[in-house]
Amino acid sequence: MTFLSVDVRKKTYANGCCAIENLSFSAQAGEFVAIVGPSGAGKTSLLNLIAGLDQEMQGSIDCSLGPQRQGQPRISFMFQEPRLMPWLSVRQNLEMVITPEVQLKQRTPLPDLLALVGLPGCGDLFPGQLSGGMQRRVALLRAFIVEPDLLLMDEPFQSLDAPTAHQLRLLLQDLWQRTRPTVLFVTHSLREAISLADRILFLSGQPSKVILDLPVELQHPRTIEDSAVQKLHEHLLNQYPQLLGGQLASVASAKENVAP
Amino acid sequence: MQSALKSGKTFAQGRWARIVPPLVLVVFWQVLAVALQSRTLPPPTEVLVGLWQELFGGDLLFHLGMTLGRVAISFVVAMLVGTGLGILMGSSRPWDRVLDSFLILALNIPALVTIILCYIWFGLSETAAVIAVTVNKIPMVAISLREGARAVDKNLLQVARVYRLSRRDTFFKVYLPQLLPYLFGSARNGLSIIWKIVLVVELLGRSNGVGFQIGNFFHFFDIKGILAYTLAFVMVIFIVEALLLRPLESYLNRWRT
Repeated sequence: MTFLSVDVRKKTYANGCCAIENLSFSAQAGEFVAIVGPSGAGKTSLLNLIAGLDQEMQGSIDCSLGPQRQGQPRISFMFQEPRLMPWLSVRQNLEMVITPEVQLKQRTPLPDLLALVGLPGCGDLFPGQLSGGMQRRVALLRAFIVEPDLLLMDEPFQSLDAPTAHQLRLLLQDLWQRTRPTVLFVTHSLREAISLADRILFLSGQPSKVILDLPVELQHPRTIEDSAVQKLHEHLLNQYPQLLGGQLASVASAKENVAP
Repeated sequence: MQSALKSGKTFAQGRWARIVPPLVLVVFWQVLAVALQSRTLPPPTEVLVGLWQELFGGDLLFHLGMTLGRVAISFVVAMLVGTGLGILMGSSRPWDRVLDSFLILALNIPALVTIILCYIWFGLSETAAVIAVTVNKIPMVAISLREGARAVDKNLLQVARVYRLSRRDTFFKVYLPQLLPYLFGSARNGLSIIWKIVLVVELLGRSNGVGFQIGNFFHFFDIKGILAYTLAFVMVIFIVEALLLRPLESYLNRWRT
């Protein structure tokens, strides 16, 4: 069942610079899609458009819940920075996003959820009293606590040290498998994308469009160190040396399923 | 006190740091008054006696109460209107452009002019007095809150939008906390400015209040009375600061580590 279909014909910045052109893809319900592209490829702009934070574009973005559920799909967004309210305690930060509608579904008590993400007893602390990694955990829990249908993630583990990022990726996979929202995970790290996603969309440089739509058929959960992940990473870069720069090498692209 | 003064490191952190400087001032005043023996500078002891007499024998409490009532009303109105105006101007460019020249005008009209004009236009009434005071204070609050509203973190507002927070939650949990430093700045400023203006208002057109009394003392050249009333008011301000503003501020700032 197609859950999300994105078709951005044109998105220009205020300065007239064209960020995105003819970018289209769709995602199934419960699919984990990674979006990889060079920096400045409009990845954040794309997420902002899908989240509805930015509505100025030509094209359409449809997010349908299917016949069995009423109302608008719930969207969560995990930003590059944790973006917690520094004046609210961890508990208040989480309670803030729990709307009455979510509250009805929420069965697990907050202290248990905090323990689940490795922050037992931290409810009364303020974000300023937590390390960067712990703040990310709170932000991750905030994203999942509303039981989203669509979770947008914008390089959420970018500025963390490797072991902390590793733990958070495991936590993300754990949380994701509980409720199975559709995830769009923006990153510039190919390894990270392979270790998390069911499918990877590679974007070109500005104006960006999808240049390669690659399914990743490996068992969850994975880590960056898994040999299968390493092998696929190596294989991809051998086949398309300039993939991360936003270009498909013409010689090798004949056999792969290239997106239109 | 001596032991506290000796250990210089802890002095600035301890509570003596707040108490000693005023005491030094009082001692200096006493010495000066005794040395000069002038009618125009009564020593603090005499002022204290005067304060005592006014407090229990005179009308100090009544006049102080009237003044504080006017200060409180003007303060609340000025803070509310000024905050609203500041937020409006800080978050909307068109409104900022429209209102900016009014703001500069209002900011620079001398308090005396607004007071006299209010009395002429609205009569020598309580309403006129309060309007005169608030009109003087509103632009100052607005200027400060406009800066605050301009500095509001758009990233946090995005969080509020994505998670579909109600308008009320967005305002009280995301927006307003960012304005608190500016609010406290104008509240402190506001109290000091407002009570100064209230006294002038009372002097010019009211028949009670501290300002009215000080006018009377001026006619009788009663410097002791003037200083006693001033002292009473200063003490009230200190109490408001110590029991209300400072605890509230440290409670609201407890997340800053």
